Amino acid sequence: MSTTETGNSLTESEVSGLDYEETQLTLAPPEGSKSEPERKRGFSESVDLRFGRPALEAHAKDPASGSSDGPVSGAGKSPASKAQVVGWPPVRSFRRNALRSCTYVKVAVDGTPYLRKVDLDAYAGYQQLLTALEKMFSCFTARDYTNERRLVDPVNGAAYVPTYEDKDGDWMLVGDVPWKMFVASCKRLRLMKSSEAVNLAPRTPQGCANAR
Amino acid sequence: MTYFPEEVVEHIFDFVGSHRDRNTVSTVCKAWYQVERLSRRTVFVGNCYAIGPERVMARFPGIKSLSVKGKPHFADFNLVPYDWGGFALPWIVAAARLCPGLEELRLKRMVVTDDGLELLARSFPNFKSLVLISCEGFSTDGLATIATYCRGLRELDLQENEVEDHGCQWLSFFPDSCTSLVSLNFGCLKGEVNGGALERLVARCPNLRSLKLSPAVSVESLNKILARASHLVDLGTGSFAVDHRTDVYHMLMNSFPKFKSLRNLSGFWDASPCCLRAVYPVCTSLTVLNLSYAPAIQGDDLIKIICLCFKLQKLWVLDSIGDKGLAVVASTCKELQELRVFPCDIYGAGTTSVTEEGLLAVSSGCPKLNSLLYFCYQMTNAALITIAKNCPHFTRFRLCILDPGKPDPVTDQPLDEGFGAIVRSCKNLRRLSLSGRLTDQVFLYIGMYAERLEMLSIAFAGDSDKGMIYVLNGCKNLRKLEIRDCPFGDIALLKNVAKYETMRSLWMSSCDITLGGCKALAAKMPRLNVEIINENEETYEFEENLSDLHKLEKIYVYRTVAGPRNDAPDFVWTL
Repeated sequence: MSTTETGNSLTESEVSGLDYEETQLTLAPPEGSKSEPERKRGFSESVDLRFGRPALEAHAKDPASGSSDGPVSGAGKSPASKAQVVGWPPVRSFRRNALRSCTYVKVAVDGTPYLRKVDLDAYAGYQQLLTALEKMFSCFTARDYTNERRLVDPVNGAAYVPTYEDKDGDWMLVGDVPWKMFVASCKRLRLMKSSEAVNLAPRTPQGCANAR
Repeated sequence: MTYFPEEVVEHIFDFVGSHRDRNTVSTVCKAWYQVERLSRRTVFVGNCYAIGPERVMARFPGIKSLSVKGKPHFADFNLVPYDWGGFALPWIVAAARLCPGLEELRLKRMVVTDDGLELLARSFPNFKSLVLISCEGFSTDGLATIATYCRGLRELDLQENEVEDHGCQWLSFFPDSCTSLVSLNFGCLKGEVNGGALERLVARCPNLRSLKLSPAVSVESLNKILARASHLVDLGTGSFAVDHRTDVYHMLMNSFPKFKSLRNLSGFWDASPCCLRAVYPVCTSLTVLNLSYAPAIQGDDLIKIICLCFKLQKLWVLDSIGDKGLAVVASTCKELQELRVFPCDIYGAGTTSVTEEGLLAVSSGCPKLNSLLYFCYQMTNAALITIAKNCPHFTRFRLCILDPGKPDPVTDQPLDEGFGAIVRSCKNLRRLSLSGRLTDQVFLYIGMYAERLEMLSIAFAGDSDKGMIYVLNGCKNLRKLEIRDCPFGDIALLKNVAKYETMRSLWMSSCDITLGGCKALAAKMPRLNVEIINENEETYEFEENLSDLHKLEKIYVYRTVAGPRNDAPDFVWTL
C-alpha cells in the first residue's frame, strides 16, 4: 500500500466517476455526514474496486490461490487497496468519528484580528483548500507562482504564503507532502506574509511534483 | 439436598454466583429449578432474539439486574444494516409489567428510544443503574426523563452511543433532591452541555466516584468540577486543550495534586501536550489510562507520561506511541494486564505506527499481560512465537494487521505458525481475532488447541471449507463465530450443524454461502434462526425467484427458543 500515490488526489475525479457509485463503498459512519469529501479523499487510488461488492458480482478472490500450497504470492485474497473495504480496519464508528473531528484546524492570517477554523477533511486537495481560504478571507486571490502557492491581497499587493504547524511543532510550507499526509499532520495553518516566509526551507523539485 | 428446606437451598444458592453455574443448578431437578428461579437476581441475555422477554421475566420475577445484547458484533464496523433490529422496548415493557423491582438495566448494541427510556424511568421505583453501550435511537430528551423520574439513581453510564442532541438542558432535569449519583458517564454526547447544571449536580452528589465528561465540557468547567469532587476514583475529562498562557491553564495545573483516590483517567478529547502535564501528579497511582482519543499527543509526550505510571494495569493508546513508546511501557508498567493500541490514522496517510517490535517488547516486559487489542502494519511468525512464549496467560488476543491478508514480511509466509503458537501456549484463551495472510492450517491449530476459546473473529483468511470445518469440529467451548471475506461455503456450513445449537451465534459475510445451503441448514435445524440479510434491492423483491445457487452476502445464524422474530425488516429473511 504505497502512500506515495496519495498525492493523486486531484486525478481521483477521473477514476471515481467509474465504479465508485456502484460499489458505494464507505468508511463513513451510517449517518454519513459528508459523502462528497469521502470520495475525494483518495480511496480510489487503486482501481480495483471489486472487493466487498454484493455477492451478485463475481468475487474478486484470486482463483489461483484457492488450493495451492505454494509460496504465498502476497496477492492472494487481499484486496488491492485496504481503503476500499467496508468495515475495515475494524474500528468502531464512534472512534472513527471522534478521531476524524480533529481535522478542524485554526487558520491565522498575519495582520488580521481573529482566526478562523477549517475542516481539512472537507477538501480533496491543496487547490480546494486554498480556494476555500481565499473565500474565507475574501480579500485574497489564489495565484499559482511557478508551482508555489500564494495568496495575494489585491488591495495592498502583499503576497501570503500558506504555512502550517505540523505534529512535531515545526512550521512547514504547505504543499510539499501528499495531501492526506498533510491532513494527518497539520495542526494549524498560518498565512504568512511572504517577506517573512523566506526562512522556510526551499522546496525540492520532487516536492513540487507531489503537490498537485 | 432434598431433605433441606427451601430456605436453606436458597441460601446455598446465594453462593452460586455465575450465570452458568446458576443455569446448571436449575437443571438438576424441579425443586431446585423453582428455588433457583425465584431467588435469581441477575439475568444476562446474550442475544435478545434467543428468547422472548416475557418468558425471561415470567421465569425470574425477582430479578434486580438485567443485561441484554442486541446486534451482532460486526455491527460495530458497519456491516449490519442500520435498521436490522435489536429493539430494547419489548424488554422494557415486559420488565415493567412483570419485574417492577428491577434496579439495573444494561443494554449493548440495541435500539433504545426516548419512549423506552421514559417507560423505564416511570416504571421502576427502585431503579438505580442504567448502562447503555453502543446503542442508538434515543436523544437527550430520553436522558431528561431518566434524570427526572429515577429518584435515587446511582449510575448513568453511556458508552459510545449514538445520541441525538436535542439540547443541553437534560442535566438540569436532575432535581435538586438528587444526591445519590455514584457514576455519571456522558462522554459520547456530541452536543453542548450546561456547565452550570453539571457543576451543581457534581457538587451535591457526595458519593460521586466516577465522572466521564463529553468533549463539549470546557476546561473552565472541569476546573470547577474538580474543585468540588476530590473523591473521584475515575475521571474522564472533557475538552483538554487550552492555551498555556491563560489562567484556566494555570488552574488546571493545580487541580490534580489533591486527588488522592484517582485511579482511572480517560477522555482527553483533543488533548494538547502542555495540558497533559496537568495529570502528572496523579500518574503514580493510576491503574487505568486511556489516551486513545488524543491524537495530538505524540510519541515523546506519551513516553513522558507513561514513565510515571508504574502501577498501570490497563492502557489504551493510539499507535502514535510507536515501538519506542511501547518499549517504555514494557520497562515501566510491570503490572500491565490489558493493552489496546488503536490506529491513529485510519485513512492511510502513512504516519508512524507500531510493528511487531513494540508488541514483543511489551510481552517480554509485562508478565501479567492477559488482554490485547493491537492494530499494526505488520507482524511476523517469529515475533508471535516469542510473544506466545512470553505471555502464556492471554485470555483475549486480538491482532489486527491493517493490510488484510498481509503475510510475514520477513519470510513472506502466512502467519499460521505464529497464531498456532498463540493458541498452543495460551491455554486460557477465550477470545481471538485473526488477521494477516492465513491458510487452512491456522484453523487446524485453532481447532486442535483452542479448547477454551469462546469467540473467534476471522477476516480475509483460509483457503477452503476445511478451515471452517476444523474450527467447528474442534473448539468445544465456541460460542460466537464471526467470519468475513473468507472462502467458506455450504460444505463448511453444513458439515456440523449440531454445533450451532451449542453456540450463541454465527455471522458470515462475503463468503461463499448460497441460498440453497442456508435452506438446507434451516431445514435440518428448526431451533436456529437462519437470517439472510440482503441489502441489494434488486434481488429482495424477487425472493421467490432466486435460485438456490444464489450467493448470499450476509447471514446470521443463532439458536433460539423464540422462533423467527416478528420485528425483522424487509431485507432480513428468516428461513
